[in-house]
Amino acid sequence: MRPPGSVLLRAQGLGVGYERPLLQGLDLQLVAGRVTTLLGPNGAGKSTVLRALGEPRLRLAGQLWQAPGLRLGHLAQAAEGQAELPLCGRELLALTGASADGLPPWLADCLDARLDRLSGGQLQYLRFWSIAAAPFDVLCLDEPGNNLDARGLAALRAWLHTPPVGQAVVLVTHDDSLVDAARQTVIRIPS
Amino acid sequence: MNLDLIFDPLFRLPFLTGLLLAVWLPVLGLYLRLRGEWLAVLGMAQLASAGALGGAVLGLPVVAGGAVAGLLAALAKWGLKRPSDSAYAAMLLLGWAAAVAVMSNHPLAEQAAGAVFDGQLYFTGGGHLAASAAVLGIGVLVLVRAHRAMLRARVHPALGPPDAATRLAFDLVAGASVGVAILSLGVMASFALAFVPAWRVFGTAPSWRSALWRAIVIGLVAYVLGFVVALLFDQPFGPAGVAAVLLVARLAPPWRQRADRRAGALSAGGEIGKLD
Repeated sequence: MRPPGSVLLRAQGLGVGYERPLLQGLDLQLVAGRVTTLLGPNGAGKSTVLRALGEPRLRLAGQLWQAPGLRLGHLAQAAEGQAELPLCGRELLALTGASADGLPPWLADCLDARLDRLSGGQLQYLRFWSIAAAPFDVLCLDEPGNNLDARGLAALRAWLHTPPVGQAVVLVTHDDSLVDAARQTVIRIPS
Repeated sequence: MNLDLIFDPLFRLPFLTGLLLAVWLPVLGLYLRLRGEWLAVLGMAQLASAGALGGAVLGLPVVAGGAVAGLLAALAKWGLKRPSDSAYAAMLLLGWAAAVAVMSNHPLAEQAAGAVFDGQLYFTGGGHLAASAAVLGIGVLVLVRAHRAMLRARVHPALGPPDAATRLAFDLVAGASVGVAILSLGVMASFALAFVPAWRVFGTAPSWRSALWRAIVIGLVAYVLGFVVALLFDQPFGPAGVAAVLLVARLAPPWRQRADRRAGALSAGGEIGKLD
């Protein structure tokens, strides 16, 4: 658990991409207890920024500082690998050391079902929870609202409004309902 | 048919050797399937068989030759630039061609080929038993350490793969296991025990823990059935073992339907899973 308000990660003039830069000159500071939201059009490089925080090969320019011993959790945009896999929800949480405490009741009842027997929304919220409730210091959440119905989005919104005090969150989303400029640091990435 | 053969002390060591492998290979197969590497078993088995036959020609002890050949096959797999089913199929073809070439040109290799291809479990001894116990013990230790990272890499690839040492340890234990198994059970019976139970339970078991137990049960029941049938009808273990694994896996209970019913009951009040 990091002290609330402490800086966990700082990037200056960050350039990210694969063979050529997708995005350049990004300044970013992630603080425990605060959500930083990246907004921008498709293809602007938002997801690549999240990946680059944990993968040095994607960082093409700039400087990145991380707090010592920083643990980075990453929820990828697409749910892959769950099809035809004999794994239940409880086991998914155990893989990241996530606690089931605090799960919405409509999901807590599904923990013993196979992941590929859950609906898209149930699976997405459980994937989100397996990262959000795990002992990571920085949570990189790439479109966590994908496939969620109104109930799931409400639960996610409530969580984003009061994130754990010891964790910093960096959120990529196209869903305006998840963005709260008063509570979050919002960075707009141009196309 | 002589039923007394089943209880003949002469066959106790071979029975125990096969029993250990029948527990271990389905577990190994589950983790290989998890990594999308089920065909690698057959590729490594064929390469290991070629190595074991080569070892026989050089006068190496058969089990040691098999284990070393299996380790070399695992290193070959580890060294692949782009691991894929196509690469494993190429390993299989290369191994088969080399094994047949060695077998056809040396009488010692021809003799050893009987054990490798037919599965002459009944002629195995203390060395085979010790080697089987070793790969089982080391394999369990490796999986205790690697289990969580391997599953996490499948469901959360963005968190990264297991570290290089873990991946190499798993590949080496898989290679050694295959090398030991083919000299006891035969190439195809070893492949069947690693492939079929995992295949059967992957789409049906309600959890990973239950998948492990169910794969082991299928492997054990099939092994005992194959052992008894081969002994009573004086057949090599290989074909009897393969037929038994396929039969037992086919007759295994329809677990998925039970899991579906449970999921259906959970969802009766609201949003629910895809009950196709």
